[in-house]
Amino acid sequence: MYEFLKDLDKRWIFLLMFLSVTIPIYIIAKTGKSFPEVPTVLSEAVFQAVEDLDEGDPVLLSFDFDPASEGELGPMATAFVRHCAEKKVKMYFMALWPVGPQMIDDAIARVIHSDFPHLVYGMDYVNMGFKPGNEGVIKVIVTDMRELYTTDDIGTSIDDIPMMKDIENVQDFDLVINVSAGYAGTKEWVQYASTPYPDKIKIVAGCTGVQAPLLYPYIPNQLPGLLGAIKGAAEYEKLVVDKYGGDDPDPKYLEAKRRMGPQLVAHLLIILLIILANYIYFVERRRGVSV
Amino acid sequence: MKRNVPLLITALGGFILIIAYFIPATQGWGEVAAIWFDILASIAFILGGGNLLKIHLKKISDKRVGWAYSAITLAAFLITLFVGLGKVGVNPNPLYPDYGLSGHYREIGSPFWWLYEYAFKPLTATMFAMLAFYISSAAFRAFRAKNIEAILLLGTAFIILLGRTFAGVYLTAWLPDWMSGLKIENLTVFIMSVFNTAGNRAIMIGIALGIASTSLKVLLGVDRSYLGSGED
Repeated sequence: MYEFLKDLDKRWIFLLMFLSVTIPIYIIAKTGKSFPEVPTVLSEAVFQAVEDLDEGDPVLLSFDFDPASEGELGPMATAFVRHCAEKKVKMYFMALWPVGPQMIDDAIARVIHSDFPHLVYGMDYVNMGFKPGNEGVIKVIVTDMRELYTTDDIGTSIDDIPMMKDIENVQDFDLVINVSAGYAGTKEWVQYASTPYPDKIKIVAGCTGVQAPLLYPYIPNQLPGLLGAIKGAAEYEKLVVDKYGGDDPDPKYLEAKRRMGPQLVAHLLIILLIILANYIYFVERRRGVSV
Repeated sequence: MKRNVPLLITALGGFILIIAYFIPATQGWGEVAAIWFDILASIAFILGGGNLLKIHLKKISDKRVGWAYSAITLAAFLITLFVGLGKVGVNPNPLYPDYGLSGHYREIGSPFWWLYEYAFKPLTATMFAMLAFYISSAAFRAFRAKNIEAILLLGTAFIILLGRTFAGVYLTAWLPDWMSGLKIENLTVFIMSVFNTAGNRAIMIGIALGIASTSLKVLLGVDRSYLGSGED
């Protein structure tokens, strides 16, 4: 076994990873079954933050990600929009990433256009689009939204959008929801929005797996709730579906739960590879081979 | 002059933002500086595009190794720029039917939308997905239990990897309630919220102190490295 493993071509490893992802995807698609999820305190905090909102409350959703991380963040963006739509809050979309508006379009089409067609653009939801400047944008809009946003994403004057009437700045929102894939994202929202205005701006976020450890230091004071990667999305999805999904929820609202299957097998494969690699290491050390 | 003006702008911008943060009466100054920053960030897109053109045109002109990739990059850049800025194939906004450019650049079915949907989106998603293969290869070649620190790191990695899936719940579901703290999903939360948070906070405080000191050097003109060598 040692002889086989020590010169193992990395293409075999690539093949194993490919199979460990594709086979669960196939089985889950075929059977429709996925693993159960147990929500953690952080996911429950995110869910509760949205649950605490009343009908008509303004909520800012900043989608700061791109197609590269859509696999990880798309399902939580869908769940956030669905939860907000169910709560009948007013949704204000914006993006700090150049392709963020496309992510917003996708979420609006997936959730609002198909399942909440009665919601009216400009009355119930609005897409403010992308503005360049990263944290510079946040710094300006926390005190004056109209300095940067004179029109919405399709060029309609802000003053002609009914739901913008009572919005002066980010402090007027009852909740800020950020879906973030990196810079600029949750860290900047925490540093430039919730930290200077702790009593007025409340932020919950969903982020990629690599970002989550960096955001834990802000929990719970500056960031009351956080969804970490597809696992966090699956937990939040479960909470939303349990409350609003009905007996036969639409598969698009269970996307994160389905993606947990390939993640489980891929993680087990990585653990197995580490164990095998250490087996080689210890055999070589015992034989006195230079490692 | 070439160096003094940027130094002055940096110092002025930096000190205005610091003063605006600490003195509420001057908050408006900070807002003005932040708006200028956002305008400059927009201009940076033009500079970025210009720089991209310069680098790749030079590579093509010198026929350096891989110049064909530069040609593809430039072609992709120019085509996207043209169909996006020119709103090629976009219908006018119904409110302004006489203005050809009043339509939305992301209109479904337009060439820009097509480029995004069928080129940009799958390419970037594929690039990110490739990480899974590199991580699995790295897992096989890099993680060795060579000493106590490495063993601790590996142990933590196993717990987190299992804790982020249903396997963690399944493997330790048999533990009685009084030992629930040892369940893998709870251990994962404990590691993330205690060890990870403590370590990250220490790193963040260190970085913040470093940034404060570096920023002061930049604002006072002691550190001028960001201005470049001045040879260009």
